[in-house]
Amino acid sequence: MFMWIIKRDLLLAVRRQADVLTTLFFFIIVVSLFPLSVGPEMNMLRTMAPGVVWVAALLASMLSLGRMFSNDYLDGTLEQMLLSPQSLSLLVLGKAAAHWLVTGVPLVLMAPVLGIQYDLPGEALLVLTAALLLGTPVLSLIGAIGAALTLGLRGGGVLVSLLVLPLYIPVLIFGAGAVEANMSGMEFDAHLSLIGAFLLVSVVFAPWAAASALRVSLE
Amino acid sequence: MRYNQQSIPSIDKIMLQGINLACVRGDRELFRDVNFSLEAGGLMQVRGPNGSGKTSLLRMLCGLSNPAAGEIRWSGTSIRALDGEYYGAMTYIGHLSGTKDDLTVIENLRISSALAGFDIGVDQAKDALGHIGLRGREALPVKVLSQGQRRRVALARLLVCKTPLWILDEPLVALDVAAVKLIQELLEQHLREGGMVVMTTHQEIDITATSTTQLHLA
Repeated sequence: MFMWIIKRDLLLAVRRQADVLTTLFFFIIVVSLFPLSVGPEMNMLRTMAPGVVWVAALLASMLSLGRMFSNDYLDGTLEQMLLSPQSLSLLVLGKAAAHWLVTGVPLVLMAPVLGIQYDLPGEALLVLTAALLLGTPVLSLIGAIGAALTLGLRGGGVLVSLLVLPLYIPVLIFGAGAVEANMSGMEFDAHLSLIGAFLLVSVVFAPWAAASALRVSLE
Repeated sequence: MRYNQQSIPSIDKIMLQGINLACVRGDRELFRDVNFSLEAGGLMQVRGPNGSGKTSLLRMLCGLSNPAAGEIRWSGTSIRALDGEYYGAMTYIGHLSGTKDDLTVIENLRISSALAGFDIGVDQAKDALGHIGLRGREALPVKVLSQGQRRRVALARLLVCKTPLWILDEPLVALDVAAVKLIQELLEQHLREGGMVVMTTHQEIDITATSTTQLHLA
């Protein structure tokens, strides 16, 4: 069941590539704007790199949150999901997983290439990628709650940012912190472990919370 | 999590029952004290003018919304308590077709059936689509279909999802004469086999059933 939902959402993403590409190009452009505007000051670029990449990743993943449930809501497929004998939380987990595969994974793959613009050393690039790999699924999972709560509301797009961005802050702090720690020669394991802990907590609670929000939104 | 065929109670005992149902939209009361019961093989037609709460009643019956008062029971147990088990025994087709524009006809049918707990193969899906008059259109994306054809894609689910209770909101909208006849036969066959149908329609349609209930909402 879980696989059916992922398969379906990936198939839809392939048929509508524009949605995927906008998110990825938004990320690429935002990250590239900073070196262009700040100038080739290597030390400054290196210090700001982790923060910039992470903020751009948060914004890019938010950009597509509105579409997570709204298309299914408009054509009635969400109604059918709610009436499925399968657990709704599991379906939501599937949708969040598909959202991550479509928007999160391309960002993770792109990050090391973009990091070169900031003159990040090789090891820091690896840490950045690892942190993003652990952190981006959290963004999709927390985002699912926001998307479910604002479903069908007018101006839901802005509201979802206000709801979700504050919840992204811990991931942002430890995600960027891991890279900074590595560059200043400290241990970064603790940061990654904490992001891993966020991931586990959100895998358990976010689908359940989003499923409850969906039931309320569709009533 | 997989839907288990044995979890449906045996078909001759099941009964859908509504007790003192009330519906409130905003500060307006649409209906109150609606009572009905439906036995195996029974058809219930919900009638009433536009805005009388037909769709609201059907959404309550399938568990999408809660009644303002009263209770809905499925073989004696409140549907709130049954949750997944009730969903496994019920198929709802509403105003919205529940099809994805970007997916093909056959993908739509297979995915929506899988969601409803019926994992069907390509051949079975093709048979069902052929029966409902979409032969040769299996590989077309739904967005190129007409309204009536989209409706047929949604209704094809009735052929593959063998649940005892069907809740249909205006199933005949946009269908041509041949398709109306096809749906009529399908409903009659379902009722003969001991299934139950709750439907709304503004069209005059004559469906033979062992017991027919007319529910009028004022």
